[in-house]
Amino acid sequence: MPNSSEHPCRITIGDDGPLLVEGPVEVTCADGTVAVSDRFVVALCMCRRSRMYPWCDTSHRRRTQPGEKSRRDTG
Amino acid sequence: MTRHRAGPPLPRARGELSAGVIAFLRDDGALPDPGAARDADPYGDDLQLALYVCYELHYRGFAGVRPELEWDPPLLTVRGALEDRFLTALRHDVPATDELDGVLEGLLVEPIRGSGVSWFLQDLGELRHLREYAIQRSLYHLKEADPHAWVLPRLSGRAKAGMAAIEYDEFGAGRADRVHAGLFAGLMSDLGLDTAYGRYLDQGCAPMLALVNVMSLFGLHRRLRGALVGHFAAVEITSSPGSRRLAHAMKRNGAGPAAEFFYTEHVEADAVHEQVVRRDVIGGLLDDEPAMATDIAFGITATSYLEERLGDRMLADWKV
Ligand SMILES: [Fe+2]
Ligand SMILES: [Fe+2]
Repeated sequence: MPNSSEHPCRITIGDDGPLLVEGPVEVTCADGTVAVSDRFVVALCMCRRSRMYPWCDTSHRRRTQPGEKSRRDTG
Repeated sequence: MTRHRAGPPLPRARGELSAGVIAFLRDDGALPDPGAARDADPYGDDLQLALYVCYELHYRGFAGVRPELEWDPPLLTVRGALEDRFLTALRHDVPATDELDGVLEGLLVEPIRGSGVSWFLQDLGELRHLREYAIQRSLYHLKEADPHAWVLPRLSGRAKAGMAAIEYDEFGAGRADRVHAGLFAGLMSDLGLDTAYGRYLDQGCAPMLALVNVMSLFGLHRRLRGALVGHFAAVEITSSPGSRRLAHAMKRNGAGPAAEFFYTEHVEADAVHEQVVRRDVIGGLLDDEPAMATDIAFGITATSYLEERLGDRMLADWKV
């Protein structure tokens, strides 16, 4: 959706996890690299652990130790 | 192209229920007695294949099968009996809960080391495992996101807008070369597999059939819209980390650029879809219909249950 005063770009900040920004976006990183995405919303990594920085790859998620209860050790 | 229009061939039967349904679709025999579904293994090959064949009439159909049979009343009666047996078993085997927050929380943590299929493929999977995995998953991924489109008319407002936006992304955001089902066909080509829709139905194991059937079941019944949303949320939330492991497996085996891209695209896309499905689709549906929490939770837990059965089956077949 084009940016305009009637339709400003919507950004959503959650408790944790990524910053959600309406696409398309062009992101300039600290090292000068530029990443572009035309997805309807992009998730920008805030924890800096992402292996596809600046995009979120869910690396912010809490990690469970072996033996700690987790439904997802079988996926 | 001709092949696509004609639809895939009917599969081979795996027992009396599936034999009856397949013969009926060929205009070559009588339907099974709906009562016979009561005695069938609800997760077994025969019932799951019979149900899969019934549902496929709502997607692409089969070569040589009259399209009118999609809405044939006696066939729908049989389908209803199969669905009833399957859904009753799921409701029994998956504990009911209205603790939706807790169920979601369970999906949002990742183990440091896991024991499932994607972990095995990441660390030890060889090309033969990746091919077998793709053959099984092709039953869904070649119609990726199709079963979920049925829920759209049953949602409104925020839930509808969020669901439609994710589906738009799944369907390539207006670009045919980015349709996720097509990206999966690219993965299959890289692995030397046949990309024709329905080509590997005969190889589909019962747990894989059950996983696709549960999407069709939740998608086709308006009363199960909450479960469909829960199912979709479970897929999207768990996809990113699992796709990371599978991308690694493809890369390590030199499977090819399209095979890797299918999973790297899902790491990135599903990190977004997860956020939208939780905030807008689940959040919006609960605003409209707070009583849906139990069904959403059921959709999630039923999906995890069936995914675990599928993972166990694949690991057992590989004797790992
Ligand atoms: Fe997808
Ligand atoms: Fe997705």
